[in-house]
Amino acid sequence: MAETTRVGADSAGIHEVDSGAIHEMDSGGIQEVDSGAVHRNERRSYGPLADSWRTYRLVAGMWIRSTMAYRASFALTLVTSFCVTFFDFVVILLMFGQVKGLGGFGFAEVALLYGTAGTSFGIADLTMGSLQRMGKRVRDGSLDTFLMRPAPLLAQVAADKFALRRFGRVAQGLLVLVWALLLLDVEWTPLKVLLLPVTVVSGTVIFAAVMVLGASTLFWMQDAAEVTNSFTYGGNTLLQYPPTIFAQELVRGVVYVVPLAFVSWLPALYVLGRPAPAGVPEWAAFVSPLVAAVCCGAAGLAWRAGIRSYRSTGS
Amino acid sequence: MPFIELESLEKVFTVRVRGNAGLFRREKREVRAVDGISFAVERGEMVGYIGPNGAGKSTTIKMLTGILTPSGGRLRVAGIDPARERTRLAQRIGVVFGQRTTLWWDLPLKDSYRLMHRMYRIPDARFRENLDRCVELLELGELLDVPVRQLSLGQRMRGDIAAALLHDPEVLYLDEPTIGLDVVSKARVREFLRDLNTSRGTTVLLTTHDLTDIEQLCSRVMVIDRGRLMYDGELSGLHAVGESERLLMVDLERELPPITDVPGARFVRSEGPRQWLAFPATTSAAPLVAAVAAKYPLLDLSVREPDIEAVIAKMYGGTREERRESLR
Repeated sequence: MAETTRVGADSAGIHEVDSGAIHEMDSGGIQEVDSGAVHRNERRSYGPLADSWRTYRLVAGMWIRSTMAYRASFALTLVTSFCVTFFDFVVILLMFGQVKGLGGFGFAEVALLYGTAGTSFGIADLTMGSLQRMGKRVRDGSLDTFLMRPAPLLAQVAADKFALRRFGRVAQGLLVLVWALLLLDVEWTPLKVLLLPVTVVSGTVIFAAVMVLGASTLFWMQDAAEVTNSFTYGGNTLLQYPPTIFAQELVRGVVYVVPLAFVSWLPALYVLGRPAPAGVPEWAAFVSPLVAAVCCGAAGLAWRAGIRSYRSTGS
Repeated sequence: MPFIELESLEKVFTVRVRGNAGLFRREKREVRAVDGISFAVERGEMVGYIGPNGAGKSTTIKMLTGILTPSGGRLRVAGIDPARERTRLAQRIGVVFGQRTTLWWDLPLKDSYRLMHRMYRIPDARFRENLDRCVELLELGELLDVPVRQLSLGQRMRGDIAAALLHDPEVLYLDEPTIGLDVVSKARVREFLRDLNTSRGTTVLLTTHDLTDIEQLCSRVMVIDRGRLMYDGELSGLHAVGESERLLMVDLERELPPITDVPGARFVRSEGPRQWLAFPATTSAAPLVAAVAAKYPLLDLSVREPDIEAVIAKMYGGTREERRESLR
C-alpha cells in the first residue's frame, strides 16, 4: 500500500497520488451509502503511459476491425498509399539519372537520408496522424464526448479513425532504407550499427512530439493545422535531401529552432562519415534521444495547457 | 457529505468581438456564463436544472463532468475535483447530451458498446446484464447492428442513454434528453429514467426545456438565469413564486359571450365557439372544468401547461427582450 502509483488525469498526467489513500477513500465513500446496490468498477491504474497505450490499442483495434470488414477496399487503399509515396522517391531516382551527385551526396547516401526520415515520419504519421483533424472537434465541440470517457484524451484523439493504410508510407521508407544499406559503401562500426535504429526511433518520437505540439495549438487556434503540417510534412521533405543543398539559415533553423535535424540528418551524416552542418559538433549525432525526450516534455506541457483552456461550445 | 457540492462556482469566458474601433481591432469582453452558483445534491436525488437558453446550464454540467475548468469557486462530485481528476471521475458518472452523441458515429451501436465495455473496465457479467436490461427496456434489439449515423434522433437518444449506463454510474447527467423526441419516445425515456432512479438509486441531474419532464420526474427543481441560481425547491413552489398560469381551452357548442362567471378563472380570448381561460398553475383544473361544464354546453377541452420561459420571465419581472437589452 505504500508504493506510489501515478494516477493519470491526462495522457501527460502529473498527479502523483498514493494508491493506498485513493483505495481507502473510494471504498469508504461508497460502501457507506450504497448498501451494495451499486457496484464499483475496480479501476487499476498503471500510470498514464500504460493507460494511454491501452486506450490507443482499444480504439485503434476497433477501427482496424471495422476497416477489415471491407478487405478488398482496404487492400486497394494500402496499395494506393504505397504507390503515391513511392512515386515520391521515383523523383529522386529520375534526378540521379541526370546528375552524378546532389550537393556532393551520391545516390545511396541520399537514399539513407530519405529512408531514415521517411520511416520515422511514416511511423509518426501512422500513429499520430489523426491529431490533424482535432481542430474540427475543438470547433464543433465534439471533443466533449472524448473528455467524458475514463481514458487519456491524447490517446483517444490520436487513435480516432486509425488508418492502417498509412502503413504504406512506412513500408516505402523502410524499403528505401534497406536499399540504401545494401548499396552503401560505409565502414560499419558497432556504434554506427547501434545508432541507426536509435535514430529511427528518436526521429519518430520527435515527429510525434511536433504533431502533439501542433495539435495543442488547435485548442486556441482551430484552423492552425496547416502550420503544423508545414513542420511535419515539410520537415520530412526537407530531411530527405542532403543539408548541403539548402541555405545555411534554413539548416540552422531546423537544428536550433525546430530540432528536426536530429530526426535523421545529424545521425545519418555521422554514419556516412560526413561533417555535420551549421557548425554542429560531431557528438550532436548522439543526442537525438535526448532531444526527443525534451520535445515530449514540451508537447506534454502544451497539451495539458490546451486541455485546461478548452472552452467547448454553447450547448 | 452531499454527493454533488458546488460553492460559488464561476465560469468566465473571454470573448473577442469586433468593435467599432476598426476592422482588425477586436475588443475583449468577459461573459460570466456561470456567476457564483452554490448548491448540493444528495445521493439518489432526481433534480431538474432549468433555465432559458444561454442561462449557463450546459456550462455547469460541463464543469461537473470535468470538461471545463471552473474560473472560480469550489466543486466536488463524489469527493473528486472534476477538472483535476477527470478520467477518474468518468468511471463514476454517466452523461447524455441531447444535442450530441457519445457514440462512435461510423460504427454500429454494438461496437460502441463493446468499446465502452473495455474502456470503462466493466466486468463481463455486469456488462452483459446491464446491456441486456437496456436493450430490453429501451427497445434497442434491432438497432444494435446499425451504424449510429443511420439512427433516428429518438433511436440515437436511447442508444446514448444505454451507453451512459453500462458502467453503473452513480450519477447521470442529462442535458436536454427529450429534445426533438416524439411523444412516445419521450414517455419511454421518462419511464426508463424513473425506474433507474427508484430501482438503482442513481442520482439524476436533468436539464430541460420541457416542464413535463420535470413534473413527471423531479421532486426538486433548480432555476438558473444569467449564470445565477434563482430558485431551488419543489416544482409547485416555483409555480407559486412565479404566479404562473395554466391555460384552459374550451370548445363550446356555439359561439357564446366570454365566460367570466367562473370563480378562479380569467377570460383571455375567444375565437368563435372556442375560448381560452387562464387559472393559477397551483390549483387543480378539475373543479374549474366542472364549473364550466355545469354552466355551459361543453364539447371538448384541453389544458396547456405554462412553459419555463414564461414562468421565469414572470418570476423575475423581465421579458426576454428586456433581458437582452440589459445584456447589451
